[in-house]
Amino acid sequence: MEQFVRLKALAAPLLRPNVDTDVIIPSREITSPSREGFGAKLFASWRYLEPDRRPNPDFVLNRAPFDRAQILVAGENFGCGSSREMAVWAIRQFGFRCVVAPSFGAIFQANCYRNGVLPVVLPKADVEALGREAESGGLELDVDLESCTVSAPGGRTFRFEIGGPEREMLLAGLDAIGLTLKRRDEIRAFQTRDRAARPWIWSV
Amino acid sequence: MTPRSIIEKIWDAHVVAELGDGQSLLHVDRVFLHERTGPQSLAGMAAAGHAVANPALVFGVIDHIVDTEPGRSDRTRFKGGDEFIRTFRDLARRAGIRLFDLDDPRQGIVHVISPEQGIALPGCTLVCPDSHTCTVGGIGALAWGIGSTEGEHAVATQTLVRPRPRTMFVDFSGQLGPGVTAKDMILALIGKYGAAGGRNHAIEFGGAAVRALGVEARLTLCNMTVEFGAWTGLVAADDTTIEWVAGRPFAPQAEHWDAAVAHWRALPSDAGARWDARLELDCATLAPQVTWGTSPAHAVGIDGIVPDPAAAPDATARAGFERALAYMDLKPGQPLAGLPIEAAFIGSCTNSRLSDLRAAAALLRGRRVAPGVKALVVPGSTTLKKQAEAEGLDRVFEEAGFEWRESGCSLCFYSGGDSFGDARRVITSTNRNFEGRQGPGVRSHLASPLTVAASAVAGRIADPRMLAAR
Repeated sequence: MEQFVRLKALAAPLLRPNVDTDVIIPSREITSPSREGFGAKLFASWRYLEPDRRPNPDFVLNRAPFDRAQILVAGENFGCGSSREMAVWAIRQFGFRCVVAPSFGAIFQANCYRNGVLPVVLPKADVEALGREAESGGLELDVDLESCTVSAPGGRTFRFEIGGPEREMLLAGLDAIGLTLKRRDEIRAFQTRDRAARPWIWSV
Repeated sequence: MTPRSIIEKIWDAHVVAELGDGQSLLHVDRVFLHERTGPQSLAGMAAAGHAVANPALVFGVIDHIVDTEPGRSDRTRFKGGDEFIRTFRDLARRAGIRLFDLDDPRQGIVHVISPEQGIALPGCTLVCPDSHTCTVGGIGALAWGIGSTEGEHAVATQTLVRPRPRTMFVDFSGQLGPGVTAKDMILALIGKYGAAGGRNHAIEFGGAAVRALGVEARLTLCNMTVEFGAWTGLVAADDTTIEWVAGRPFAPQAEHWDAAVAHWRALPSDAGARWDARLELDCATLAPQVTWGTSPAHAVGIDGIVPDPAAAPDATARAGFERALAYMDLKPGQPLAGLPIEAAFIGSCTNSRLSDLRAAAALLRGRRVAPGVKALVVPGSTTLKKQAEAEGLDRVFEEAGFEWRESGCSLCFYSGGDSFGDARRVITSTNRNFEGRQGPGVRSHLASPLTVAASAVAGRIADPRMLAAR
């Protein structure tokens, strides 16, 4: 899995609350059972104008310098809705490595960890202040997963929390399945006990 | 012993290993995959050289992008749909898992068939790369939605890593009045406490109104736990549940039945169990609910009005309200009842079960859908579709002017194939009213199947209590 240790990059603002995964990647844009090809489809219904799919000049990610931003400053409950992991693949393949928001949809947040994208939760007032600053196109943030801090110009530092295993997985770029399979014996022991305790679970 | 909640009991019974920092390696008793997000799980595993840990505990189904018109095949109106179907079928065969394929009489929406077949059981853990997996909490399972990569982890190891959840008890007190349903309960809860009201929690739904619900209604209630922002939700199994589970194809058979029931009877929360949060909602005064905006939290009683953004709690919420009103083409103060609709949809993992169809049909019997309204009903599974046909419900729907379809997820979301045509304003028994969810520019009003049926007849959003069942 892709590592995340530290990132100093331009931030783009998208402060709307409840941005759902249907908006991040509309179902009609998911046209093949592959994990690739989603970057150009990120926020498709906001990013393009129909019928000719022209870029919408009013949408933030179509405007320089936000088209090369690597940090998204987002509104609360970002990534709520459908579990589709294509939402995170689209975020990552567009170029984002980090999303800062007051809160996330739970499945989206879990999917981020599996794809080398760092979801940072900060208090709403801080996120909104950073989002407003980002509108100028000149906000660079320094996100450091070692120290769990986001640093902004002017010596401001925001601490964030993240679960220990998720942090270690991102820092080391670990493979979660490989880690779990190291506990194969414990899983087998559990299943042996469980076959005796709950045989109906196993007789399918 | 320290009193425990049902959530703690199921959790404790599934811990394979404690990983520190509040995280556990949890055993997953059942994994479901579907053709939309399952191919990526199975292909990823195969590419990494991982084997399926326990093929007998993994199930696949084709439900998401399949057409629902009679005579359907692998070819879909959605361009490229056949690639999802065929890829998933091939991968499922190679993985050696059970597949409920298109031509299987047990095919249907994943969260409808898992309890219907007796695969989802009280006290079991179940995951699926699909956010509405929480639906099967209605049977007393601890079930939650994951991404495709976690799906890979579940299939390869039969486990997932999870932080121990915070717990919440939601007390639905009182008894529902006629014409008010489980769908109205969950919409009202989300409307009252917000789309993030259950954040980071596992919820037990209880109280007098929940105890009075049948299992299918409990599945509806739990279905929208994800719209409440929660990790998952469930209803403790009771006599109603146990009677419902008995005899289902994959349910415990005679030799294990008594032991299984004894296990399930020990699961309800102990008196004195500790909760991290408690919420309450009085059902006695509850009206049928309908959403006005683009979040499930934008729910009001059907006799309510579109709220004023000026009353929003803060500037961000106000901007969200204004954007929702613009998308929905509504004005503050406008009554919801009476708003003209152009399409009506009954279906989805929220509200497509036999009891939903019976209730809607009872209201539609001898009535007609208003001219110009496109109306369709999509049963949640092939099994229940046949049961409904045996009861003559298909004829009631068709005589009323509804299209009667094959089972699948259908227009709960727009994938580029089937659509509502030119219709813009839709009353729908589904779970998400997001911008563009049911088609570009489509304005979705979430409601119960009863409210959808009443509105289809009126041609405008209508209170089902005004139309007596026939």
